[in-house]
Amino acid sequence: MAQSHKPIIWGPFAAGGTLAALIMPVLIFVTGVAVPLGILPPESLSYNRAVTFAGTWLGKLILFVFVSLPAWHAAHRTRITVHDLGVRADRLVAGVVYSLAATLTITAVVALLRI
Amino acid sequence: MSRKPYIRPVPKTSWYRKHDRYKRYIIREVTCIFIGIYTAILSFGLLNLSEGQESFDLFMATLRTPGALVFHLFALAFAFYHSATWFNVTPQAMPLMKGDDFVSGSLIIRVHYAAWAAVSLVILFSVIVVGA
Repeated sequence: MAQSHKPIIWGPFAAGGTLAALIMPVLIFVTGVAVPLGILPPESLSYNRAVTFAGTWLGKLILFVFVSLPAWHAAHRTRITVHDLGVRADRLVAGVVYSLAATLTITAVVALLRI
Repeated sequence: MSRKPYIRPVPKTSWYRKHDRYKRYIIREVTCIFIGIYTAILSFGLLNLSEGQESFDLFMATLRTPGALVFHLFALAFAFYHSATWFNVTPQAMPLMKGDDFVSGSLIIRVHYAAWAAVSLVILFSVIVVGA
């Protein structure tokens, strides 16, 4: 049977795309718009609340998934888009974007384990 | 194969301006840049959170700067566009069979929009209510 690494890349891409579609608008609204503008009270995202949430294993798992899957989705789509814009150095591009996604994921893991 | 195949010249960086369909495609693809940057902000926020209150408060103060607000407003618009375009193609991406027939595409799309609304409300309410 033909071997392909495509499903390994495409699986997290599809999962990340679906998760991003479900959570990104509301997350961006809460952390990037509503709390900074005072539409939601600043205590909604206070240090104590955030640390309490990220201090539980469920909270760590949720935050890990919220960062890693959309990051992988974004990396893969960036790779395809760069190809569509005429850059034909796919190996290099893939290396760069997947490394970036991996760096974000590792950063999140290290941070979460320290909380 | 002919010896002199005709290769249609395609301008590498402006082909998508030729057609509205291509423009919508490239806008959809570019949503990933905003989602990628936002995940970077999120993971940077977690790093600040792990370093203590001072770092985290500084991070939250940075989110209140005009540049950050403008970025997040654009990111919000692009994230909505990603969600809508992603859910609208689910019948093609994940066709479902029920018996001998395909489940209707509009039903699959409506279920995804309902899930989107439900997840958004759960997150919003847990931010507002839990621990308030």
